[in-house]
Amino acid sequence: MITDTHVRLRVRCLIHAQRREDHEDGTKNAILSGTRRSERCRTERSVLRACCVIFVIVVSGAVWPLETQATPQRIISLVPAVTEMLFAIGAGPRVIAVSSYDREPPEVEALPRVGALLDPDVERILSLRPDLVVLYGSQDDLRTQMGRAGIAVFDYRHGSLAHVTDTIRALGVRTGYADGAEAVAAAIEVRIAAVMKRAAGQARPRTLLVFGRERGALRNVYVSGGRGFLHDALEAAGGVNVFADVDREAVQATTEVILARAPEVIVELRSSDRLSEADVVREVGAWARLASVPAVRQRRIHILTGAGLTVPGPRVAETVERLADALHGGMRP
Amino acid sequence: MTPPVRRRLLVVVPAFGLLTLAVLLTAPTMGSTAISLGRVFDTSIPWADNVDAQIFFVARLPRVLAGALVGATLAAAGVVLQALLRNPLATPFTLGVSAGAALGAMLAISWQMDLGVLGVSSVPVASFGGAIVAIAIVYWLATSQKRGLSTNILLLAGVTLNSFFSAVILFVQYLSDYTDAFRTIRWLMGDLDVSSYDPIVAALPFVVLAFLAFAVLPRALNLLTLGDDVAASRGVDTARAQRLAFFSASLATAAAVSLGGPIGFIGIVVPHLVRLLVGSDHRVVLPAAALFGAAFLVMCDVVSRTVMAPLELPVGIITAMIGGPFFLWLLVKRT
Repeated sequence: MITDTHVRLRVRCLIHAQRREDHEDGTKNAILSGTRRSERCRTERSVLRACCVIFVIVVSGAVWPLETQATPQRIISLVPAVTEMLFAIGAGPRVIAVSSYDREPPEVEALPRVGALLDPDVERILSLRPDLVVLYGSQDDLRTQMGRAGIAVFDYRHGSLAHVTDTIRALGVRTGYADGAEAVAAAIEVRIAAVMKRAAGQARPRTLLVFGRERGALRNVYVSGGRGFLHDALEAAGGVNVFADVDREAVQATTEVILARAPEVIVELRSSDRLSEADVVREVGAWARLASVPAVRQRRIHILTGAGLTVPGPRVAETVERLADALHGGMRP
Repeated sequence: MTPPVRRRLLVVVPAFGLLTLAVLLTAPTMGSTAISLGRVFDTSIPWADNVDAQIFFVARLPRVLAGALVGATLAAAGVVLQALLRNPLATPFTLGVSAGAALGAMLAISWQMDLGVLGVSSVPVASFGGAIVAIAIVYWLATSQKRGLSTNILLLAGVTLNSFFSAVILFVQYLSDYTDAFRTIRWLMGDLDVSSYDPIVAALPFVVLAFLAFAVLPRALNLLTLGDDVAASRGVDTARAQRLAFFSASLATAAAVSLGGPIGFIGIVVPHLVRLLVGSDHRVVLPAAALFGAAFLVMCDVVSRTVMAPLELPVGIITAMIGGPFFLWLLVKRT
């Protein structure tokens, strides 16, 4: 759907481009020729371009009628992190359906499911008559289909830690819950700032942040690289990511590279595992093979469990706090 | 054994053996981190303080040994199955073994099964179990007509089972979490970073058993490639030879796949490559392919762990990217 804001923006861009071209054309004429004939050519070309601009604007307006960006009343979210944000800012009652992977908050259990990233159920989405669909940035087909149906979309992609609060605020503005969003975002920022302040006076241990590996073995070890909200959360919590130099969100770390990078602390995030105490002991024990790693020698291996740990949503401050606890040991006031 | 074959063996096996030995000795010295061999073998440094020794013995040596074992097994199993099925396109994965193993691995990953035993983690155990189930189903189908082992049914049943298991894998993958789906896809690309000797020791008995069978098979394989009737008329117990070939190759493949994942390309191209170099007599091809398969996979693994360090490129990608053009070049040059 093309909104009036989009059209205004397009017009502004075109006018700006036109002015710049006119200006450039004028300068070139003065320098290069100065003959009346070339000036007339330039003028004609400018007029022609201006006509084209007007034509494009008129056609755009005819094909996509202007609509005002109304406050959405029926929202569908295909992104679990954004669903959590919507409920946190107070827009929960307007959420009418969610993705197959949504589990939080508990209210979503009663809502209809409309597929997910790879398999959005377009028919079901349309039948629920939403006026805003939250989709992931790579869902190009779905965005096109929603555009054809005249349904507004909210584009989302995972990003940095700051992107979480930015998204919450943008979502607040878009859904008419700006005050609630501001309160939630500010509360997250205050909690993270408090952690950073407390961590400032402490040593910053070189840390390996693991978010996946085979149970009971050091195979297929996936760790956070130097990009993404998990890396930012670790740095905010007062750790130094040993894979900060790798510009990726996820890195498959080989045994050799882990030995060579010698982390002082190993933190494992097990968001989907339910581990008993015996399991935790066994999983920590799997690292014993790498005896030269300082984290293993000093027994600074922490396994954190909880579904929210790897979700870049409103619970992200808790992730930072728990990471800080693991790194510095019970530093919460 | 005829004298010319013995002479060829005396040339070919030491030549391929030397190549393999050279690769096995140099591969552990290469990696993403510079290490000092002096420090590696310096026993005066406590083990817990000796990072170089740990990189050598914990990170590199197990994966070099795993690579050698998997490479030798897949190449030898490829030779045996191409002869058994009289089909140059046969691979160790044609008979559904890898698809069964992949399904087992997928279920262990998605359902978070706890099947670890003898120091081997759940995924290898489950993939070995899946491979054994696939072998049992294919064998049952191929012998269901009570007329011995039908290689035609074996081939068709294997191919069909591959497709069926692949469909089940896709179904489970479709229902599972993104992370689990990605982990399965990554498993399918092959990975030799075993970081422990336990899985190698666990796979070794099956591989040794299979190679004992391979040692007595070459003469029968030479005759089986000419047809069952010819083999039978020359005194080969075809049913017994076929059964032995099927079970040994499948069991070895199951062990190799559970150790390193279904690393493609080796099982089809190494046998052909070796045939181009040493002729088609299985008495020469089989040991040469096993040795060259070991050297080839270990070399590919060195590339996989160094070319994009600290990132690792999956070894299954390297085997095809290096082996493919090399094989095509040899094919054109020889023909």
